[in-house]
Amino acid sequence: MPDMKVNEKHVTVGKQFHDDPRMTMRNVNVFYGEKQAIHDVSIDIGKNEVMAMIGPSGCGKSTFLRSLNRMNDTVEGCRVEGEICMDGESLYNTKLDVVELRARVGMVFQKPNPFPKSIYENVAYGAKIHGLADSRIDLDEIVENSLNKAGLWKEVKDRLHQPGTGLSGGQQQRLCIARAIAVTPEVILMDEPCSALDPIATARIEELIKELSENFTIAIVTHSMQQAARVSDRTAYFHLGQLIEVNPTEQVFTMPEHELTEGYITGRFG
Amino acid sequence: MDKLSFENHIASRYDEELEQIFSQLMAMGGKVEQQVQLAVKAILDSDSNIAERVIQGDKDVDRMEIRIDEDCVLVIARRQPTASDLRLVISVTRAVADLERIGDEAEKIAKHALELIEHGPLMSGYTVVSQLGVSVTAMLHNALDAFARFDADAAMRTIDEDKQVDQEYKAALSELDTLMASEPALLKQYLNLVWIVRSLERIGDHAKNLCEQIVFVAKGKDIRHQ
Ligand SMILES: Nc1ncnc2c1ncn2[C@@H]1O[C@H](COP(=O)(O)OP(=O)(O)OP(=O)(O)O)[C@@H](O)[C@H]1O
Ligand SMILES: [Mg+2]
Repeated sequence: MPDMKVNEKHVTVGKQFHDDPRMTMRNVNVFYGEKQAIHDVSIDIGKNEVMAMIGPSGCGKSTFLRSLNRMNDTVEGCRVEGEICMDGESLYNTKLDVVELRARVGMVFQKPNPFPKSIYENVAYGAKIHGLADSRIDLDEIVENSLNKAGLWKEVKDRLHQPGTGLSGGQQQRLCIARAIAVTPEVILMDEPCSALDPIATARIEELIKELSENFTIAIVTHSMQQAARVSDRTAYFHLGQLIEVNPTEQVFTMPEHELTEGYITGRFG
Repeated sequence: MDKLSFENHIASRYDEELEQIFSQLMAMGGKVEQQVQLAVKAILDSDSNIAERVIQGDKDVDRMEIRIDEDCVLVIARRQPTASDLRLVISVTRAVADLERIGDEAEKIAKHALELIEHGPLMSGYTVVSQLGVSVTAMLHNALDAFARFDADAAMRTIDEDKQVDQEYKAALSELDTLMASEPALLKQYLNLVWIVRSLERIGDHAKNLCEQIVFVAKGKDIRHQ
């Protein structure tokens, strides 16, 4: 049995690296002022892989996820150390255009947050500012394609110019996914994307995640063990800011390597 | 072996549900073990009362199987067990099926015992049944004991005992063959004994399956068909 204690020099158990990585993170530390929220995390996310990140509330999942597209830059007092690369290129390179980065590494949040604009504009907006469309026809095509991939096209094609905020919660979340896809990202980060949705809307999003993984790399934070088990290829377990274990999802849910993982996923006291 | 305790779930009712399932499995194991012992005794003592008791007792075994299976389905629906909890529940549903089959074999033995008694007991051929009976009941006992403690090492040792049982089974068959050839008039009775040793051998196989489930629970390894 690997050491149970969470200590400074702990070693992540399992398979944290990947043969064909899209993103590589090495010795990542994240601080909020004096307080360290992420301790020395190293992990790869493979191309077309769905990586689930699980762990108790406050263990740093969102913090880590946000450092993957520099969303932490916007958080007062937040400092990120270590190496975070996409396709071998450091994301914390000072010359890097952060707006462009956020298009390449898109994000979907817990609460659907469509802009107070039409459904069409919600999806078209990013494509427009990133200059992905030369004409109205191009833009129409991007909007239709993205809504299609997000599984929303049929439901909204006759009301494209009505406000996005008028959709149901599940539809809004798929709209946000369409918005993220529209700028052809390489990676999509999702932070508890289904926590505000009912089982049917959740099933739709999960189905969508599986389909999207054919074209994108996905990292998803979830509090639902079953969701992680259903959608992901590998699962990463975080505990008090440390990465305890990364393993193929089927292994994590049947025979986890670390006792802390076992305790968490079986619902036992830590 | 704290990794395989039922305890410490944040939902304490979950501990109780698993505990309950497991203690029912142990009770069923005890009942089935007794059925096998009694069935063997019925032949060796030519006791039709005991044979009848075994046949009646199989209904209890069947009821236990259904009850435990239902409880496993419920705990899966309610709790969606994972990791060691999942392996435990799955292994219980498999073990219950093997125990039920052992119960059926005990019942078959008892029925053959009744036929034998009716035809008039034999003068020879019981030694092989007795010997195999001892080995098989010991094997079953060891399997259940290992299950109670999730002891994968003991389970592996018990799996090894199956080789001995298979040898004794072959020896018993050839002995009964010789006896049948020398006393063709008693063919029917000897065939009862053939069926009985066959059932005992099957019980050994089921006991081995139980042991494989222990290894699955304790180690997460599926060693079936290896
Ligand atoms: N803006 C912030 N300023 C200071 N501390 C923060 C900030 N955001 C998060 N933290 C702290 O960092 C730690 C990790 O928080 P984080 O939100 O990443 O956890 P989480 O795993 O996503 O939890 P949850 O499952 O509840 O969403 C917590 O102790 C939290 O209080
Ligand atoms: Mg969070």
